[in-house]
Amino acid sequence: MSNRPVIELDDVSKIYPLPSGNVVALDHLSLQIQEGEFVAIMGPSGSGKSTLLNQIGCLDVPTSGSVLIDGKNIGEMDDKDLTELRLSTIGYIFQNFNLIPLLNAYENVEYPYLMKYRKPDDSGKVTGLLQQVGIDPSLASHKPSELSGGQQQRVAIARSLVNDPKILLCDEPTGNLDSKTGGQIMEMINDLNRRGNTVIVVTHDMAVAGFAHRRINLQDGRIV
Amino acid sequence: MDIVLTLSFRSIRLHGLRSILATLGIIIGVVAIASMGMMGANLDQLVTSQLSSLGNVLVVRAYTGPATGFEGLGGGGGGGGASSTLTSANFQTIQRVAEKYGTVYFLYTTNDIITIKGDEGFATIYGMTPESISKIFTLRNGTFPRTTGSAVIGPSLADRWDLKVGDHIKIGSAESSQETIRVAGILEPRGLSVDLNSDNAIIAPDKWYTNFYGGEGQYNQVNVAVTDIKDIQAANDAINNSLNHRKNVVSIFDSSRLLSTITSAIGSITAFVMAIAAISLLVAAVAIFNVMMMSVTERTHEIGILRSIGTQRKEIRKMFLYESLILGVIGAFIGAALSLLIGYTVVLLLVGNTEFFFTLQSFLPIGEAILVGILVTVLSGAYPAWKASNLNPIEALRAE
Ligand SMILES: Nc1ncnc2c1ncn2[C@@H]1O[C@H](COP(=O)(O)OP(=O)(O)OP(=O)(O)O)[C@@H](O)[C@H]1O
Ligand SMILES: [Mg+2]
Repeated sequence: MSNRPVIELDDVSKIYPLPSGNVVALDHLSLQIQEGEFVAIMGPSGSGKSTLLNQIGCLDVPTSGSVLIDGKNIGEMDDKDLTELRLSTIGYIFQNFNLIPLLNAYENVEYPYLMKYRKPDDSGKVTGLLQQVGIDPSLASHKPSELSGGQQQRVAIARSLVNDPKILLCDEPTGNLDSKTGGQIMEMINDLNRRGNTVIVVTHDMAVAGFAHRRINLQDGRIV
Repeated sequence: MDIVLTLSFRSIRLHGLRSILATLGIIIGVVAIASMGMMGANLDQLVTSQLSSLGNVLVVRAYTGPATGFEGLGGGGGGGGASSTLTSANFQTIQRVAEKYGTVYFLYTTNDIITIKGDEGFATIYGMTPESISKIFTLRNGTFPRTTGSAVIGPSLADRWDLKVGDHIKIGSAESSQETIRVAGILEPRGLSVDLNSDNAIIAPDKWYTNFYGGEGQYNQVNVAVTDIKDIQAANDAINNSLNHRKNVVSIFDSSRLLSTITSAIGSITAFVMAIAAISLLVAAVAIFNVMMMSVTERTHEIGILRSIGTQRKEIRKMFLYESLILGVIGAFIGAALSLLIGYTVVLLLVGNTEFFFTLQSFLPIGEAILVGILVTVLSGAYPAWKASNLNPIEALRAE
């Protein structure tokens, strides 16, 4: 674990203007996460956890303040660069897996690789990742709709890893899984952190938060 | 295969019925445009072939005022007085400048009463040199006139009066002067033409004609039968420059103009019916647009996923453009295949002649229809694709 912050939020606010008035989802929030850290973000529903993760995941830009990923201010990037960052630097694991329904398990994992390298994976990396997350080769040709929740989440993890991202973002990765499968998934994520990935997990679950080095508690868009 | 293209294909397959319906619109549009175009092309070729004997002649007459364009058609300069004839000097000039482009010959012409086996009738009488007669016409039977007292006659005249080689025709009215001429030969039909209409005429040697009617050296018309149609303008210019440089002496009627007037009229009509047929493509465009908008709405969540894991906007755009392009290409090619069948039927029923169906010109509208069909689908897919690529990733992810 080095001491260089790979993620740096400085006085970040995110305001959603609604007809009924502005919703302040993040309120002058500052945060640093070191490379190789495992951070759990906790807090009640609506406290701004997903909003925070979206800023870090380059899916959104803050209303004010700055977000630096790897030293680069995402507020100054255009859509193309942000997309590139999502493709190569960040791996996103969602609560509802978010696999591409038209592609089978293998193709889902290969997809970001194809987007990045513009050629099929001929090194066996995709197959290796599927094996690593415990997907039987016989399931590789199954569409997401033909997989169980746990299997889908494993495929989603394999997909998030295919471009060797520095940062892994997980928004309630076990929220849709039973506790046994959830435990296996968390072991897998923990393992990735031990191999050097910076991991940020949004969760309500204390057992999940137990894996983290550090917990950040949010309340009304502020760290408490 | 490109993963984006794979996604487009699978999306189309997933929504089979919807895709088929959208494609159907394109098929109908392409068939409509192609078969109308084919009809026009076949009509054009048919008319061109039937009128091409018209195409390579310059008709030169004495200048009588601004040209009206179509005065040449019909060929009978019936009441031609002295003022509207060409001199033999004119003829020699024309011969000198235009001979290298083809055959130059003069003719006298009038309409007169004829009497055959006691019955009176009316016919056009031409006077031409025996050399011109044998050069210009083909015989059905008999011979070309060898004496001044014999002539060749057109096939319609021969059939109508049941004339045979060796029969006699009295020319002129009984009250004034009348002379008998022998039928030496009967001509092959020549059809409607601008230079001379021989089918219903008597073509006599020029000596006989001027003996009977007078007016030697006062030609009603000089024709230039151009060997290569590409030279027709050059021949026209040559005559114009040599005779009309100070004042208008002759008017030249270029028969290829008439042909191009007719073919351009066919062209306009064809373009018009194709444009009407294109309205069906407009309907298809709306259908494609609708299908693509539905696809974008249905796949919003998927677009959110693709964007959130690092798919560039332009890839999303490509995905939807491919989708409409695939529908367009499939529709256009099925439409093209059907056009062969339906186009053939249309040509058979509306033109009544399929002699020119298997020609490049006749198949060209299929190519045009394919291009227009594909273009229309791509254009109607453009906005949905743009819309899809501009979705906000987070909001798209939220959609279910
Ligand atoms: N697109 C949006 N438009 C308007 N308001 C929004 C939008 N996204 C989030 N919000 C608001 O911002 C606040 C924070 O939302 P966020 O999704 O970050 O909460 P969360 O902590 O992830 O909650 P949960 O635990 O339920 O997932 C909420 O009050 C929410 O209503
Ligand atoms: Mg959330």
